[in-house]
Amino acid sequence: MDPAVRQAVLNAIPSLRAFAISLCGNVDRADDLVQETMLRALANIHSFQPGTNMSAWLFTILRNHFRSEYRKRRREVEDTDGSYAESLKSHPEQQGHVEFNEFREALAKLPPDQREALILVGASGFSYEEAANICGCAVGTIKSRVNRARTRLAELMAIETVDDFGPDRTTRAVLVGRDR
Amino acid sequence: MQAAIDQKKPGAKLSREIQAKLGQQLRAVYDDVVNQGVPDRFAALLEQLDKSDKGNS
Repeated sequence: MDPAVRQAVLNAIPSLRAFAISLCGNVDRADDLVQETMLRALANIHSFQPGTNMSAWLFTILRNHFRSEYRKRRREVEDTDGSYAESLKSHPEQQGHVEFNEFREALAKLPPDQREALILVGASGFSYEEAANICGCAVGTIKSRVNRARTRLAELMAIETVDDFGPDRTTRAVLVGRDR
Repeated sequence: MQAAIDQKKPGAKLSREIQAKLGQQLRAVYDDVVNQGVPDRFAALLEQLDKSDKGNS
């Protein structure tokens, strides 16, 4: 294996896992999904165009694989073994444990199209164009999904004003200039 | 108060502050996983693939 390819795959794994967990809501399945993505990617490495974004390529493979193999099974596996709940427990207490669990629950309730668009743009750091390529849709579609996802999250968490966010030291620090 | 609730239509634009807070929470949840790094199984898998790669060539 080309060391550069190997390193690029390695670098992408943490983010691929975070994306996979957000897609399937289950850590064990997400890890299987990442593993299958790695195997597929390396088996098809000749179709990767050097100089393009390896991470975006891997996300595309993972997403397509999830769509074809996992989505049908999604309902039946929805946290039946509690491993997603377990992953929630691993969150550091000092960052507002309860508040983030509420956020995670709201995130899990979003329609899959909206959740994936929001994650790709808002967390994985892809541009709207890259997210559109990964999802195989128009840039405008991604933009509208992201907007709807945000609105729906706010609804699910009953957020009408910024004060409806629970007191949280990490996020509050950002607002300190305005608050005091 | 009631007026404020009535004004809020589905699809109404969220304030920048709310969008920023949602973004922070999203990244916190995501980074929680990212910060776990590369689990051993994946490092082992790459190593194994590397070996079989060399074996074949």
